[in-house]
Amino acid sequence: MSKQTVYERPSFLTDVPFHYCPGCTHGIVHRLVAEVLSEKFQQEDVIGVAPVGCAVFAYNYFNCDMFEAAHGRAPAVATGIKRSLPEKIVFTYQGDGDLASIGMAETVHAATRGENITIIFINNGIYGMTGGQMAPTTLIGEKTTTSPYGRSKEVNGNPIHVCEMLATLNGPSFIARVSVHDVQNVRNAKRAIAKAFDNQAEKKGFSLIEVLSTCPTNWGKTPEEALKFVAKDMVAEYPLGTFKEV
Amino acid sequence: MNRQMMKGNEAIAEAAVQAGCRYYFGYPITPQSEIPEYMSRRLPEVGGVFLQAESEIAAINMVYGAAGTGARAMTSSSSPGISLKQEGISYIAGSELPCVIVNIVRGGPGLGSIQPAQSDYYQATRGGGHGDYRLPVYAPASVQEAVNLTQKAFDTADKYRTPAMILGDGIIGQMMEPVTMPEYVRPEVDKSWAATGWNASMKRDRAIINSLFIEADRLEVHLAKLEKKYRAIEQNELMVETQFLEDAEFAIVAYGTTARIALTAIRNARAEGIKVGLIRPITLWPFPTQTISDAAKRVKGLLTVEMSLGQMVDDVRIAANGACPVKFYGRSGGVVPGVREIYQQIVSMKEELA
Repeated sequence: MSKQTVYERPSFLTDVPFHYCPGCTHGIVHRLVAEVLSEKFQQEDVIGVAPVGCAVFAYNYFNCDMFEAAHGRAPAVATGIKRSLPEKIVFTYQGDGDLASIGMAETVHAATRGENITIIFINNGIYGMTGGQMAPTTLIGEKTTTSPYGRSKEVNGNPIHVCEMLATLNGPSFIARVSVHDVQNVRNAKRAIAKAFDNQAEKKGFSLIEVLSTCPTNWGKTPEEALKFVAKDMVAEYPLGTFKEV
Repeated sequence: MNRQMMKGNEAIAEAAVQAGCRYYFGYPITPQSEIPEYMSRRLPEVGGVFLQAESEIAAINMVYGAAGTGARAMTSSSSPGISLKQEGISYIAGSELPCVIVNIVRGGPGLGSIQPAQSDYYQATRGGGHGDYRLPVYAPASVQEAVNLTQKAFDTADKYRTPAMILGDGIIGQMMEPVTMPEYVRPEVDKSWAATGWNASMKRDRAIINSLFIEADRLEVHLAKLEKKYRAIEQNELMVETQFLEDAEFAIVAYGTTARIALTAIRNARAEGIKVGLIRPITLWPFPTQTISDAAKRVKGLLTVEMSLGQMVDDVRIAANGACPVKFYGRSGGVVPGVREIYQQIVSMKEELA
């Protein structure tokens, strides 16, 4: 009986094991990005930018030339790369603290410039790497190590909706929010990520894919409970869909 | 190019373009805004990129990105904006990327003033951002020298894979002087470390532009490598000018604009028979410690003059190491010392120490 390969590591992933916690969806999203890149591009076509946060070591995993950016500055770093090498596919991979808090200015301005880059934005509503502090996307009432009584609207303000906000700008060509809490959604997420990279290859300008993700460790949930939390609570605050498509 | 009148800021920008800088990222701030304005006109003419960033922080991180691809990239600002860039400068130093940062210094702290100052000496020469690093700092005293040093800064940055800084002041930036653009020849530099797109068949390793070394012992190895580089820069890149030092009984230590004013005061003092010399650090780091140390053993006193409350004077005292008294005279906040004031200081020093 002849053997057939049905599953393998994409060329855009190194053989370094991920450091992510059990049940964390970073691994799924890394794989989706790498699959899309492997299907569409040669390794030498792509340059990535890693963030500060749990994905800080993404440069060890994505098997192409990589930059590690300062906290929140990945869109600016990507802008410098893309302006210097406009024919390369340039992407950033950033979490919610990185992109939606400290790096909001860099995010909004890269978007409004229509900078021809692709941003993969992981929203799990918490600062994972530093041990579970409140993020700009933490849900109202959600307990974190810096909102121990639950996030309060009065004290902490409201969760920020990145896709809705960026969709008001003229610069972006594709803004979508997806999730990876079940198989159907993982497939949708891959389609959105693929489109975001297609847009860049077609020089359509800025694309951002927000991916609702889990953090079982800092949420104090089992991996299964964490997926259910995304499906029920996070999707309620952050509705899935395409917010802008040009 | 023929000799022509140019404003300091514009001359710096043109010098950078002629040195092959094709990527400029900046943000407006007085008194350096002519640099981004000039670059916005000039870079498109030579196929380069000018981008006005949303902040100084974004601008320096764009430089990080472009420099990481091996391109010659530059940003400029003035004091409050340079404070904002320090995060990025630290990352650039840690990641060993070459670039040039121009600081046309104005009075501080805080929003300070918009007039010329030298109160960013500590920030420039002590690294400015966090962590164990240094960067070459060039302090021009004329528009022509600003041109020469800007081109030199690009070469030094490439040679050592380090950010390099031009530390001017509002006068250097705003003043017009005759300038001759040098016939610039760009040295050949290996940039195979740059992130330009990689695959396994290439001779180089996959590029990771990065300043993170999560294991302490690995970071220490990295820092030892930086340290070695900094020692080489100290060895090879020091620039200092001395005048009237041979027979001097006293010497002034001053840099940039202040050194020019001091030189006139020195000439006036010499006309009155007071034997004063000048030591003008051109690189503030590396610092001409040996020159000052040698002079301190021969003269009766050193006078440091700065447009600050006294910053470089610390390095002068370290260099003199007690061999002679070190006096200080400074004007601050954007006030420029006059020739007469400095002359008076020379006379006072002579009366006190002769």
